[in-house]
Amino acid sequence: MTIGLEHYLVLSAILFSIGLYGALAKHNAIVILMSIEIMLSAVNIALIAFSRFIVPAELTGQIFALFAMAVAAAETAVGLAIIISIYRNKETIDANKIDLMKW
Amino acid sequence: MQNNFVWLIFLLPFLSFLVISLFLKPLFKDKPKLAGYVTIAAVAASFILSVVVLFKLLGAADHKLIVPEINWVIIENGVTIHLGLMIDSLTGIMLMVVTTVSLMVQIYSQGYMKDDPGYHRYYAAMSLFTTAMLGLVMADSLLLAFMFWEMVGLCSYLLIGFWFHKPSAANAAKKAFIVTRIGDFGFLAAIIFLYAHTGTFDIATLQNMAVSGMLAGSVLTWAAIGIFAGAVGKSAQFPLHVWLPDAMEGPTPVSALIHAATMAAAGVFLVARTYPLFEHSATALHTVAIVGGFTAIFAASIALVQNDIKRVLAYSTISQLGYMMLGLATGGVAVGIFHLFNHAFFKALLFLGAGSINHATQTFDMREMGGLRKAMPKTYITFLIAATSLAGIWPLSGFWSKDAILSQALDKQPIIFVLVLITVFMTAFYMFRVIFLTFGGTYRGKEHHLHESFSVMTIPLMVLTVLAVGSGFFNLNGGFSSFFGAGETHSILEGLFGIFKEPLPWISLLLAGSGIFLAYAIYSRKWISAESLGKMFKPLYQLFYHKYWVDELYEGIIVKKILMGGLFKAAHFFDTKVIDGGINTFMIQKVIVKNFFAGLFAFDRKGVDGAVNGVAGTTLAAGKTIRKAQTGQLQFYGLIIGLGVIALIVSVFIFSRV
Repeated sequence: MTIGLEHYLVLSAILFSIGLYGALAKHNAIVILMSIEIMLSAVNIALIAFSRFIVPAELTGQIFALFAMAVAAAETAVGLAIIISIYRNKETIDANKIDLMKW
Repeated sequence: MQNNFVWLIFLLPFLSFLVISLFLKPLFKDKPKLAGYVTIAAVAASFILSVVVLFKLLGAADHKLIVPEINWVIIENGVTIHLGLMIDSLTGIMLMVVTTVSLMVQIYSQGYMKDDPGYHRYYAAMSLFTTAMLGLVMADSLLLAFMFWEMVGLCSYLLIGFWFHKPSAANAAKKAFIVTRIGDFGFLAAIIFLYAHTGTFDIATLQNMAVSGMLAGSVLTWAAIGIFAGAVGKSAQFPLHVWLPDAMEGPTPVSALIHAATMAAAGVFLVARTYPLFEHSATALHTVAIVGGFTAIFAASIALVQNDIKRVLAYSTISQLGYMMLGLATGGVAVGIFHLFNHAFFKALLFLGAGSINHATQTFDMREMGGLRKAMPKTYITFLIAATSLAGIWPLSGFWSKDAILSQALDKQPIIFVLVLITVFMTAFYMFRVIFLTFGGTYRGKEHHLHESFSVMTIPLMVLTVLAVGSGFFNLNGGFSSFFGAGETHSILEGLFGIFKEPLPWISLLLAGSGIFLAYAIYSRKWISAESLGKMFKPLYQLFYHKYWVDELYEGIIVKKILMGGLFKAAHFFDTKVIDGGINTFMIQKVIVKNFFAGLFAFDRKGVDGAVNGVAGTTLAAGKTIRKAQTGQLQFYGLIIGLGVIALIVSVFIFSRV
């Protein structure tokens, strides 16, 4: 069985869906943050796969993925800081209970 | 014009009223004395101007001053109402009475009302009262007189109810207002009646019409009786006398000024002012004489047995006002007004004396007094002189005017003469009963520091004493009478002793003397026990003590049974059943009108209002539903975004395949 572009994309879609599910359904804010990381990884896989299969001569996709990882790391750092701040204020990191923007 | 200053006489107290109520009360709350000073200054100025007016009148040819008048209300092709002053001898005398007594009372009040929280209100009302009373005596038309007449009644109401937190005072104020209103209705009816027949409100014109015979017969009689009805109400004559004794709930200086010396005498003044109308109607004169004579003995008999010193004085006032009415009816203006003039001074003095006693003993009940002669010598002497004057002892002022009334009554109304002769005896008895109960014997009240009042109170007493002694001497040479154009002048010696050529003064002096002696025997020496005397004449005593049950008659039968039970109920029935019922039936019959209005109403409600309300309601309901979407849950938003993306992708696939 030859591993083609479709396989990568399906893997990417599965990972993205798992991440999306986690981001939408989990209560723990840290788990939500982890799920977002999974979704970013899925996007990175898709980027590299497209780059490798469609324009193999250039490395645009790979470089883009490296940038995304760097941004994701920064994003995680900021996200964790926000979560700690919320925990200090509300003594909880349950996403259902953080609803200040309610009507 | 040179006589314009006369307006100031009543405008100055009015200015004082305005200054106190608009300026002193809000701005100088902590300096209440100022209000008293302003009032005293204004009344003193009025007094001086009144003296000037009196001297001008004495110098004028027919004792009249012309004051320019103002056209007040002008209706095209109709009524013109003048605002003018009528200054003649009657006005001159009344001005002196009102300003003198008012001035004394205002000074006295500085002591009596000391530390009262309503000090400003008191002086404002007293100023307004003085304004109204002075306006009344100077008014040249019946309409203007009626306005001041009502103003006087209003001030009386305000001052009787001065301590309005006391229910008895509030009720007395209402009673005074309503009872006098019954008489005022007669007065107003007479004014309208006279206007309908003559087309004028002017008093001088009406007087001339009566004299010339243009106004005569039943018209004149009814008009006079109507005016007299007003006088009966204000001067507390039977049967409208019930308010005056209750009016004693007000502060004592008020009783002295309003309910003894001036306002209560306003009825007598009114009859004197319109005297030509009475003079030319025998029926009216008879009515005045009978009511006056009857009231004199009726009130005196009640005064015999009252225990409250102010009530004795109140009934005495009613009795003396009856004398004045009788004097007017039999002897004319000079005789009636002469008694008013004298009475004002000694009765004001008696009331102020009673106030001074109250200041020391804190009560008006004579059973708790006694022996005050030593503690309050000034009050005692002034009170004694005033009482002697009221009893009609020669040569004090009361003697002269009472004697004039008696001799006139003997000529014209012999039956009433007998009644008032008995009243002379009663008057002497009840006044000296008061003297012996309050000043004689030993003190019977609760342990209390008895003291003489402040000099601000005793000095007015002394001034009034001089007047109570001396005011009768103004007629010694016939000067007072001739001022009114009646009688001739003669020597003073003739006036002082000449009167004893007649038997009448001897009889009245004998009766007064025996009244004093009887009071002395019962209340000072106790030769005769008051209790056993009361038991011996029990029915009579009960009748006097309960004031002939007139109050009970009015309250129980006229007010409760006839008015409340009958008339008001019937009126209510008529209103709800007949008037409302009739109108409602009428409306139902007019179906077209009703339907038309109903249609318009429905269109307005459903069409116009419905559209406006519908838009607003829809928006509101939509908002209510949609705002539920804003849960504040970030994950919910994420879900929606995710579903949205999926929906977009699906739609792109569907539409790009076509």
